[in-house]
Amino acid sequence: MKREIWKGSEAIAEAAIRAGCRGFFGYPITPQNEIPEYMSVRMPAAGGVFVQAESELAAINMVYGAAACGVRAMTSSSSPGVSLKQEGISYMAGAELPGVIVNVMRGGPGLGSIQPAQGDYYQATRGGGNGDYRTVVLAPASLQEAADLMFEAFDIADQYRNPVVVLVDGLIAQMMEPIVWKEHPGRPLPEKTWAADGRRGRAHNNFVTSLFMDAPDCEAHNLALLEKYKAIEANECRWEELMLDDAELVLVAYGTPSRVAQTAVEHLRSQNIKAGVFRPITLWPFPYARLREIAAQPQVKRFMAVEMSTGQMVDDVNLAVAGQKPVAFYGRCGGVIPHVSEIEGAVLAAWKEGL
Amino acid sequence: MTTIYRKSKGLQDVPMHYCPGCSHGIVHKLIAEVMEEMDLIQQAIAICPVGCSVFAGSYFACDAIEAAHGRAPAVATAVKRTHPNQPVFTYQGDGDLASIGAAEIVHAAMRGEHFTTIFINNAIYGMTGGQMAPTTLLGQRATTAPGGRTKEQAGCPMRVAELLSTLEGLVYAERVCVVDIPHLNQAKRAIRKAFEKQMAGEGFTFVEVLAACPTNWGMDPIGANRWLMEHMAEYYPLGVVKEV
Ligand SMILES: Cc1ncc(C[n+]2csc(CCOP(=O)(O)OP(=O)(O)O)c2C)c(N)n1
Ligand code: SF4
Repeated sequence: MKREIWKGSEAIAEAAIRAGCRGFFGYPITPQNEIPEYMSVRMPAAGGVFVQAESELAAINMVYGAAACGVRAMTSSSSPGVSLKQEGISYMAGAELPGVIVNVMRGGPGLGSIQPAQGDYYQATRGGGNGDYRTVVLAPASLQEAADLMFEAFDIADQYRNPVVVLVDGLIAQMMEPIVWKEHPGRPLPEKTWAADGRRGRAHNNFVTSLFMDAPDCEAHNLALLEKYKAIEANECRWEELMLDDAELVLVAYGTPSRVAQTAVEHLRSQNIKAGVFRPITLWPFPYARLREIAAQPQVKRFMAVEMSTGQMVDDVNLAVAGQKPVAFYGRCGGVIPHVSEIEGAVLAAWKEGL
Repeated sequence: MTTIYRKSKGLQDVPMHYCPGCSHGIVHKLIAEVMEEMDLIQQAIAICPVGCSVFAGSYFACDAIEAAHGRAPAVATAVKRTHPNQPVFTYQGDGDLASIGAAEIVHAAMRGEHFTTIFINNAIYGMTGGQMAPTTLLGQRATTAPGGRTKEQAGCPMRVAELLSTLEGLVYAERVCVVDIPHLNQAKRAIRKAFEKQMAGEGFTFVEVLAACPTNWGMDPIGANRWLMEHMAEYYPLGVVKEV
């Protein structure tokens, strides 16, 4: 299969179209403008709908509308814009609507910076909007993986009728890398018999809503959602293990920092320091069970979470490791990408502290 | 036996929860009759608001989607564009449309989206218990303006049909009410015209209904209709606001 050089944002957009996305609704924000720009041309050509919305609020509610009548739809934005989308994401989770939200994270809080960051981990993995809900969060670390995961994102969304967030930092969206466009046979998916796309002979009307006037009904709905989330946890957890077989020090990182960490580990190994990388690919569901198993291995001495934030995913690492081994943290934030030498330095310092 | 009146097939056979004298139920009925007469029930998709009519999707016989507060025009935009041959309408109150959803309605009208909006202007927030709306009249009491709305504190009420009519994408706007049979018939004609223009692909169509909320106005149903004609219809003139 042919390798092609793609830019991150455009690869994500193209993959979405190839995955059958036929509705794109967005609002400009750096560093992801190439996604709506690409979509504005390619989506109509593919027979789909492109709308530049008046705001991120409107854009996510357009995704809600398209999803409610059965169309594969998505939006993309960056951190401040994704904050505005939380209303719609909560409504989609409540009404059990599929859809894909790409967040190309930049520095925050507030307007922050336009450089790559990972400060939206809590927002993405803890629901983000109001109510007891989860979004599936996919975190690719390369353009090949980003392209492949877009297909999965739409399939997971449709299978579980739940919004899926593709969480990348600005670097992934802005860099160029080779991609091979693979065949994605997909998974068997249920028919969208619930879609409000006109009765056209159906015996009853479909009403897509997230409202339950009676508390016991709303509780039952929440418990049904919980069952669904348990199924997602059981079926959809993904991660990658790099050089972990004999590792004494386990770096845990996703997205861009996982690549920096991998290079750091290669350098450390040449200095006889046995380090490895554990890379969560789904941030929710987080691979707690596997990380806990690794923590129980006798040769594993210590963990270190590496993030482009002041420390968010490290909370999940701690939940997984559950006190079995010490967990350290190294992070840069506000749009600063950690350098290989910094991670090496942090590991060496931890090593000296007494592995 | 001849049937001289029956409930429209555009409505489900369920009781509605609206207060006595509320205009919501009457407007539902008119929309349902228009859908039935134009044979649209099997194709139509209703976008319901947050407000007293939040259950509209359980009353209309067509498919329906509940939108977040104010976002019905954004939802409808995507529904109509992905289903361009099917009738789509939003049904929205004045808090929903003129306050929290002001951006969404203005931009849907600007883009000339090919759906219809039925705007229920009852000059108050009904569902939350009578707070001031952008459409509350000067001097009118609300729970958040107990002494009556003042220009100094809250500005002057918004004439939404006129505001939206400045936008090229809007092809038809009419203001109606349902206080008596002649007005009700005119309201139904307006709703029908809006649907016809929508189905002809002319652009965005808008029907503003001056509506009574006896409960939060603190009036009986007849007194509410009288107040509506005396005060609301004076500030919000009935009739066609724009037709191209
Ligand atoms: C984001 C959000 N803010 C506030 C509310 C509370 N709320 C429910 S209905 C409503 C106003 C309804 O008034 P209106 O749109 O005029 O409709 P009516 O009830 O009068 O028909 C408000 C503020 C909400 N549901 N969601
Ligand atoms: S509160 Fe007002 S708007 Fe709501 S149902 Fe009662 S009369 Fe109608």
